[in-house]
Amino acid sequence: MTTLATEPPTSPAPRAATGPASRTRPDGLRARLRRTGSLVRAETRLLLRNRTALFNGLALAPAMVAFLHVTGTFEALAAADPGASVGALALVSLACFALMFVVYYNLASAYVARREELVLKRLRTGQVTDAEILAGAATPAVVTLLGQLVLGGAAVALWIGLDVPTNLVLVLVALLGGTFVFTTLAAASTAFTRTLESAQLSTLPIMAVALLFSGVTLPLDVLPDPVQVIAQLTPLHAVAELLGTGLTGVGPDGATYSFVESFAAGAAPLAVLAAWCLAGAWLAGRYMSWEPRR
Amino acid sequence: MDTSMDTSPGSALDHETIIDVHAVRRRYGSRTGARPEFEAVRGVDLHVRRGELFALLGTNGAGKTSLLEVVEGLARPSDGTVHVFGQDPYRRRSLVRPRIGIMLQEAGFPSDLTTEETARMWAGTLQESRPVAEALDLVDLRGRSSVAVKSLSGGERRRLDLALALLGRPEVLFLDEPTTGLDPESRRSVWELVSSLLDEGTTVVLTTHYLEEAERLADRLAIMHGGRIVREGTVAEIVGSEPAHVYLDAAAVRPDDLPSLPDVVAPTRVDAGRLVIPTRALQPTLATLLAWATEHDVALTGLEARPASLEQAFLTIAADHLTDHPTDGTADHPAAGHTRQEAAA
Repeated sequence: MTTLATEPPTSPAPRAATGPASRTRPDGLRARLRRTGSLVRAETRLLLRNRTALFNGLALAPAMVAFLHVTGTFEALAAADPGASVGALALVSLACFALMFVVYYNLASAYVARREELVLKRLRTGQVTDAEILAGAATPAVVTLLGQLVLGGAAVALWIGLDVPTNLVLVLVALLGGTFVFTTLAAASTAFTRTLESAQLSTLPIMAVALLFSGVTLPLDVLPDPVQVIAQLTPLHAVAELLGTGLTGVGPDGATYSFVESFAAGAAPLAVLAAWCLAGAWLAGRYMSWEPRR
Repeated sequence: MDTSMDTSPGSALDHETIIDVHAVRRRYGSRTGARPEFEAVRGVDLHVRRGELFALLGTNGAGKTSLLEVVEGLARPSDGTVHVFGQDPYRRRSLVRPRIGIMLQEAGFPSDLTTEETARMWAGTLQESRPVAEALDLVDLRGRSSVAVKSLSGGERRRLDLALALLGRPEVLFLDEPTTGLDPESRRSVWELVSSLLDEGTTVVLTTHYLEEAERLADRLAIMHGGRIVREGTVAEIVGSEPAHVYLDAAAVRPDDLPSLPDVVAPTRVDAGRLVIPTRALQPTLATLLAWATEHDVALTGLEARPASLEQAFLTIAADHLTDHPTDGTADHPAAGHTRQEAAA
């Protein structure tokens, strides 16, 4: 490099004249969206550049549905419980597993990887806030989650059949809330994840508890009553209930609700999910580890 | 700290203090007390005035980066106060950050983005930004725009670091060892760039291991050791308190044969086969020495006269403080629990 700085930078304006007053408010929503948007664009570019990972992430959902379809699992389920909507059940399972693996596990690993590469440290020297950094880095996970739900949903509709959802609002709230909770829990998990490799182990407790108590892997009525109550307070259980009620109109009590009634039926899991959103935000703010410990 | 120490003339604007650090301490240690607490910064006061280049020097582990992180608002001080533009840089981050640029000693990039994409991402997060091409031009990376960051050389990455710090047209630029890992030519180019930024009125806070860099660029500097500032002033003030030296081959002449030389400040000594004569004023000492040699027909082999340098002042200070406070030698302190950069500060 020989020509570096042979001419002065073209910002001759006196520094004193460009105080913060002449700039837009950094706390405004527009500024926040602009900053986050810049990170989201970069992350999307990185995701698209890594086509193998993208393809694997997206193909997994329809592949799983196809596998269960071909092996006759859905038919067996339908035969066992004639009243149940097997399609809705498949979609709820798909969403819960995606929240665990695509959002929680994947993001805990991604945050740790970015931390160890000192990318997070750099981002924190700039003008983006901590929350904006976490949101930006969550982009690939959210895109993959949406892709899995759309492709998986299409596969379910094609091979099993899916009724028009009773309450799409509950479905969207469940997905948004679930994504938020498990993103924040992924951030908090960086506190006890020292290396990228150890993320495979360190994320297990939360995944195991969330999946076991969610109701999609194990019928909860085999558990003792006090444990069932605890299970209902876990975030993935709330997400699964809201998705089930929203998709079929059938509440956890087995009763069928209309669109308006289904909000009341979803009140308890909505409250649980809201509480977890608050708890997750607090945990992420308190425990997110931004720099490697060496 | 005494701010009247700089006697150079300047306008009122030149004397506006924009960084004010008072009694700052920074401790590391686990909350559970499982690790011994370690105090990296032990009560530092300093002021940086608008438009100047303030250099922070120190041995490894002196606490430079730990102090800098507090001034930049990346960390909260354990004790004391920091004001940048009159604001707390940690609590009022959103007010202070748009006006400063930070180049860390070590930071990462997403490796699959190109140089230009990286700069564009960064620019998109700033309130005000130079055109990306202009910033890359400043550090001569325009030609590497479409190269993936992972394919850049270490020196090129360092220059990209600098480009990002410059993107927001900062009023205050923090450079933590900006030229480490650069080849001599690139280093010189960075010096020219920093000089041109100073000419425009940018204030620069710099840490460096290269004393030549500080000597060349700094208006004022502070030398840290063991978490404290042990010397502070202009280069001339710090160097001025050190003696110059005259060197001779020890075989050329016996110390006892030498005449009485003017301005000599310490006894003549022999060091590594060379006679060392410390003096307050090179010229009279040399003149007397040369006149004596001519008169007595002595060949002064290996004659060398060297004015005091910042390097010499730095080494003297470091040596003094190492012997004065052996426990302050923190370079190898088991400062577990904080980052490598901090440990290396």
